[in-house]
Amino acid sequence: MKVLPERVGGVVFAILEWFGQVARLAVEVLGSILAGRIRFRLVLAQIASIGFGSQLVVIITGALTGAVFAAQVYFKFSELGLGAATGPVVSLAMCRELGPVLAGLMVAGRVGAAMTAEIGTMRVTEQIDALRAMGVHPVDYLVVPRAIAIVISMPILVAEAVAFGIGAADFITVRGFGVPEVWFWNQLKQFTGSEDILIGLIKGFFFGILIVLIACRQGLNTRGGAEGVGLATTRTVVFSSLAILTANLFLTMFLNYLFPLASVGG
Amino acid sequence: MEKDPTSAPFVRVQGLRKQFGDRQILRGVDLEIPRGITTVILGGSGAGKSVLLKHFNGLLHPDSGTVTVGGVDISGLSDRKLGDVRRRIGILFQDGALFDSMSVGANVAFPLYEAGERDKVTIAGKVAGALEKVGLAGEEEREPSKLSGGMRKRVALARAIVIRPECLLYDEPTTGLDPILSSTISELIQQLQEEFSLTSVVVTHDLAVMRAVADRVIFLNGGRVIFSGTPEQLKKSDDEAITRFLNA
Repeated sequence: MKVLPERVGGVVFAILEWFGQVARLAVEVLGSILAGRIRFRLVLAQIASIGFGSQLVVIITGALTGAVFAAQVYFKFSELGLGAATGPVVSLAMCRELGPVLAGLMVAGRVGAAMTAEIGTMRVTEQIDALRAMGVHPVDYLVVPRAIAIVISMPILVAEAVAFGIGAADFITVRGFGVPEVWFWNQLKQFTGSEDILIGLIKGFFFGILIVLIACRQGLNTRGGAEGVGLATTRTVVFSSLAILTANLFLTMFLNYLFPLASVGG
Repeated sequence: MEKDPTSAPFVRVQGLRKQFGDRQILRGVDLEIPRGITTVILGGSGAGKSVLLKHFNGLLHPDSGTVTVGGVDISGLSDRKLGDVRRRIGILFQDGALFDSMSVGANVAFPLYEAGERDKVTIAGKVAGALEKVGLAGEEEREPSKLSGGMRKRVALARAIVIRPECLLYDEPTTGLDPILSSTISELIQQLQEEFSLTSVVVTHDLAVMRAVADRVIFLNGGRVIFSGTPEQLKKSDDEAITRFLNA
């Protein structure tokens, strides 16, 4: 039986190894992109699958969150006579936090899991070895197209989540609670700047990178049969969700330093 | 073409050791694979046959020792540097390893496309030719998931031969097949070897396959080569592990 320090050491080593593999994959992907080893046909297919295929779930999530958040804000703010402030509060929250984080989590669940399942199945059925045996590098063929597709798709998906969230907030606040539309939009435009939108898009870009690296790392390192694929897929969803939430904290601090919230609307 | 195993070997393995975790799989393997003939690597389950085979095209790298293929030491080469060597070698994986997302035709066309061929008529012609060789003419549009085990192996074989490799590696080509299909696959191995003067390496524990195709036999036991010679010499061997295997 292993003693405690040995077990702790094993866990620490496994965590470091995992981060090392993700970092190495990132370097390989970047190297391949810089060397021009890009398969444009596969990139387009992945954009269709990742970007187009995720739109509905991201739009529904954004719209429902925007509507619920607007209702909650309005309930409290209207007591203070600040019902018209619902617009900018929802807008800022959707642009800076809710839009990118929710889109990221939904894409991690939908796309990240699918990536790991597909690559993991290819791994356990020797399809990845078959690629290698034919002189095709798995990173070039499987990871690079997905990486390019997700960094293109994620900012667009974030923008959609934000737009539909604000649209739903408008619907609830104006149509539902009777706040004059001109107040809602005037306040919203006054307190929401292009930098708020930019923050959301930048976050979406980085979340996309995290999702693709974690999902592909898990897929490429899948062991065992169907059980191994299932485990790898679950881990992708858990790890990429945690990575998104952790990265969001650091990105929020850093991006708020670049685009301070206090200066907005001055 | 006359078989000439005396020329420089296509594969030379020296002192090959491989370990996975605490398990030592190969314990110092030395062997040569002659050109233009069929070498069968025989041994029981878990003897390290498939692990050894995957060193011949660099899918696995030795912990120690060297693997030389066509005069090139591939032991320390990365995936990116192995491209040229790998394009000279075809491999038939145990379960075919066909790409599920592609049709039969696209699977067979894949190596041609990766080798730089872009002319659709040429690709279609070569794919049709390769499928015909394995008895699956006109099956281009079918999906791999709808094929039987034997058909999957034959499609995989068509994919392996479509770029006319110098060497073909077969990893347990008859596993999971009934005796009739096994014999069909054995006939195909023989036929392809004769037609293209291939260097063929067949990893198997199936004695019927060995009898049908082997020009030379290497017997692997406990991660070491304990016999190398002709099938006739193998029969006469008095090694206990070999006799037990042959009489099982």
